[in-house]
Amino acid sequence: MISQLLNTLYVQTQSAYVHLDHDTLVVEVDKTVRLQVPLHHLGGLAVFGNVLISPFLIHRFAEDGRSIVWFDQNGRFRARLVGPVSGNVLLRRAQHEAYEDPDRRAFLARRFVTGKIRNARHVLLRAMRDYPDVGSRVEAAARELENCLKEANRATDLEEIRGVEGRAAAVYFSVLDCLILNKDAAIRFEVRTKHPPRDPVNSLLSFAYTLLAHDCASACEGVGLDPQVGYLHALRPGRPALALDLMEEFRAFLADRLVLTILNRRQISEKDFIERPGGAVLLTDQARRTFLEAYQRRKQEEITHPLLRQQVPVGLLPHIQARLLARYLRQDAAEYAPFVAR
Amino acid sequence: MEELVPISALQHYVYCPRQCALIHVEQVWEENLYTLRGQRLHQTVDVPDSALRDGLRVERALPLWSEKLGIVGRADVVEFLPDGTPYPVDYKTGPRRARRADEVQLCAQALCLEEMLGRAVPSGALYHHASRRRREVRFTAELRAEVEKVVAEVRELLGNDRLPAPAADSRCRDCSLVEACMPHALRGLPAWLEREWK
Repeated sequence: MISQLLNTLYVQTQSAYVHLDHDTLVVEVDKTVRLQVPLHHLGGLAVFGNVLISPFLIHRFAEDGRSIVWFDQNGRFRARLVGPVSGNVLLRRAQHEAYEDPDRRAFLARRFVTGKIRNARHVLLRAMRDYPDVGSRVEAAARELENCLKEANRATDLEEIRGVEGRAAAVYFSVLDCLILNKDAAIRFEVRTKHPPRDPVNSLLSFAYTLLAHDCASACEGVGLDPQVGYLHALRPGRPALALDLMEEFRAFLADRLVLTILNRRQISEKDFIERPGGAVLLTDQARRTFLEAYQRRKQEEITHPLLRQQVPVGLLPHIQARLLARYLRQDAAEYAPFVAR
Repeated sequence: MEELVPISALQHYVYCPRQCALIHVEQVWEENLYTLRGQRLHQTVDVPDSALRDGLRVERALPLWSEKLGIVGRADVVEFLPDGTPYPVDYKTGPRRARRADEVQLCAQALCLEEMLGRAVPSGALYHHASRRRREVRFTAELRAEVEKVVAEVRELLGNDRLPAPAADSRCRDCSLVEACMPHALRGLPAWLEREWK
């Protein structure tokens, strides 16, 4: 389903019941119909916490290749709908063969990392252009990323590539705070924390990365790739290594920029976070809703894909890149080129 | 044992060998092809059914095969003329336009029917849904020979499991697989990398 970017419906009203009525999806709360959406407007469904979905709706979504993702009430991933094993066993074999081949594996890891660094650097350059007073630290970081990029391009060893990636991430996050123009004391970024995030900016970043990771996993599955067999990320049971690989080139472009925009526009502020004893910071339902709406809107925006030279919705970029990756793995394309923002 | 070739693959192959490989080797777009266009139409002809209409016996979704050619498929509709001669009718969503690919597919169905029923099948028809008109196709010796040639080529294509290079020509405009195929992007990839990825 690469051709059309459709909406994802997010349901977080507790005890809601979602079911199928002919070709429409119906959301009921307390036996009252709250929402009715024709299926042809929907690419996927994401539900949070205690939301019931009728079996027939699940069957239909599986059949149509639409996604369903279950989250708990705090937005943590629980499960995802997977239909019959899709597509091409030859592609999956090629995916494993590339993993076994140190050169091809390093090549792909290098491309994911260089894509990530280029896009991170792009965010910094953009900020420097749009807000000339973001400071010389940002400029220095952008230069440092340029060096990382050169190193990453030269690196042939997987550990070396991962090392450069780690360093580039540290450089980038060290100046992220300069890009937050909202001067609220609570909305500051010092260092990336996760599992759990320990400040509002980190909790927003984590939520954005969660959404992005699932979009990338869906993109992999949509083209018949196994989301767990990745190249940059080590294989570990339960880890969607390929989805995480693919996500690298989109982190800054899709997730970080959106988080910054939302904070700078004050669409989400201090009151939208809950601090738990011990220091974990959670998003309120309202904050999550605001972010999801913005994410959804962002995915609908169109940009020109640099290689395809064609207008595509931002939300389809992971699908396009997954398709290009599949083409490379099947030796239909000579190389894989990550998405790079302009 | 030789692999059976799906009759639909013949039509895809004559249109574009890469389209054929995308569908039958890569398995990427079968569902899309139908969800996009044919699904509605085929819902009416895809249910196995046997009926009498205007004195004609009409079979829908009839399984077809030929052991001689090693092909297998399904006919949208086979009508049986009063003398018992089978008359295959294939449903097309597109406009009423003579396409060799459609004729090859229909003729392959006829060859199956001849082998299955032991009766000559001299002609059949393509039904164009857009114009709701039929176009009759005669199964000439030349067309029959072409089917055999195409079957052999498709068998080879499916066996070697590599994708042929993209066509990147006027066919791509009408092709529903253009997004999976990426004909222009893949053609342009080496130059783009040279320019952008130093």
